[in-house]
Amino acid sequence: MEPVLDARALVKTYGATVALDGVGLSVGPGELVGLLGPNGAGKSTLVKICCGLVKADGGEVAVSGSPAGSDVARRSIGYLAELFRFPGWLRAHEVIELHQELAGSDGGAGEVDRLLDLVGLGAVRSRRVDAMSKGMQQRLGIAQALVGSPRLLMLDEPTSALDPAGRRAVREILETIRGRGIAVLLNSHLLSEVELVCDRVVILNAGRVIAQGSPADLSATKGVEIETSAGIKRWPDAARADTPELVAELVAAGEQVFAVRPITRSLEDIYIEVLEEAEIR
Amino acid sequence: MRTVWIIARHTFKECTRRKIFLIVPLITIGFVVLYGIGNHFAFRSTEGTIEAEPGLVDATALVGSTLVGLSMFVTLFLTSSLGIFLTFGAVRGDAEIGLLQQLVARPVARTRLLAGRFLGASVLCAGYALFLYLACVLVTGSIGGWWPTPFLTPGLAVMGGVVVVIALSLLGSVFLSALPNGIVMFMVYGAGLLGGLLAQLGEVITSSALRTTGRITSWLLPFEALYQAGLNSLTAGATGLTRVIVQLGPLGGAQEGGPWLPLWTLAYLGAVWAATLFAFARKDL
Repeated sequence: MEPVLDARALVKTYGATVALDGVGLSVGPGELVGLLGPNGAGKSTLVKICCGLVKADGGEVAVSGSPAGSDVARRSIGYLAELFRFPGWLRAHEVIELHQELAGSDGGAGEVDRLLDLVGLGAVRSRRVDAMSKGMQQRLGIAQALVGSPRLLMLDEPTSALDPAGRRAVREILETIRGRGIAVLLNSHLLSEVELVCDRVVILNAGRVIAQGSPADLSATKGVEIETSAGIKRWPDAARADTPELVAELVAAGEQVFAVRPITRSLEDIYIEVLEEAEIR
Repeated sequence: MRTVWIIARHTFKECTRRKIFLIVPLITIGFVVLYGIGNHFAFRSTEGTIEAEPGLVDATALVGSTLVGLSMFVTLFLTSSLGIFLTFGAVRGDAEIGLLQQLVARPVARTRLLAGRFLGASVLCAGYALFLYLACVLVTGSIGGWWPTPFLTPGLAVMGGVVVVIALSLLGSVFLSALPNGIVMFMVYGAGLLGGLLAQLGEVITSSALRTTGRITSWLLPFEALYQAGLNSLTAGATGLTRVIVQLGPLGGAQEGGPWLPLWTLAYLGAVWAATLFAFARKDL
């Protein structure tokens, strides 16, 4: 199936600073991909190139098969910038209506109500933006990005300013969106969030992709830990499948086995590890 | 064109919501009332003084044209200020606070987004300039019985001047943040004004170097050349000693626009607009 987003060998420099250095990335239909990396890794630049806000110096990006920035490409994306603001004097429903007009959406009032309900703002549809909390504005931003039924949603740090309840609300919204078959490229620093919702993770550092895969693959079991009468013993290179054999050997050797734990790593562990490896290289 | 209208309408709505349409009319009423009081006393004080030699000096034309000329100065300043405030952060300023990216990511050409801002601000400010000009002319005509001939030309010149200021402000907004662009625009406005004053001074002291410097400056910043042309057309009908005295007054030395000024203004606007679009199209947001 053709990817919704297909970026190849992207290069972008700002003066002497290399923001992207040959980045490749693809997002399939309905896939939720997390983009991770430290500050200055090039995540926002990558997203902005995909939206047509920034021009790449090299490489190419296709969105729904059309060059990024073209009308066709922009019709099939929804975007929420990291630092965004809507005019404070607009009401929630007017923000959506303005973007409907610009996107050429024919969803009408039904789409406005549906999107505001989806993000939990149906009851405050006539509230002015400047009277909304940061969390409400963030959710309004997501609703705005969904105007026109995009095939690909690009969210740049959508939970950065939210409290835990707000983050959970956004996570639930993302799961609902994925359920509707919309692909999502989620740029975030919050690894626990990404681990919970993303199908695949791409880690960027200094403008390069240094690791990618599903959270499960990246954080695959690394070793086994067995609690015995002689204390806790570790087999760092053992796989999950080796566990029965290890237990059998211990029992045969006359030890009592109290607990067996596969050693797993969180996405955060993996993230720190690959960044450190990249730094060493 | 649809997108242009959407953005222009957005500008009108912003003005309504931010109470600009409430505050500006209130201040306008205050200004027109003050102007009316000034007209009343100015015309009354000249009765029987300047017209000591009936037929030599048309006191009504002298006072009327001077007052309307001064009102044009205020009108251009007020409307240009409004235009600058509406546009000084249109590109870089709005991008820095995150207002622009959400709009530009939509399937609309950058050209049209900017054209919408230009149209919205120009219609508002030029419309306001015409309204203010007509209000002042009406006040002067009603109180002093003097009407400019040609009637509309000075007002149209001020309208054109405001549109030039707005175009320059939009161009500046591509390169500068809101505050620096606002400061630069007021300095540019001041430079234009200075050019006009130099030309007038050159006229009075018959210094061709000063006159040429002033004229070149005001044509490089044609909002001033348009304003000068508007002033000049106010007294175009004055003859004889009245014209001589008018030339010695605050309107003295106002440059005649001539047939090239409208063409030059259009070409200038086209060049500024092209430069703005060229820079905006290549700008990373």
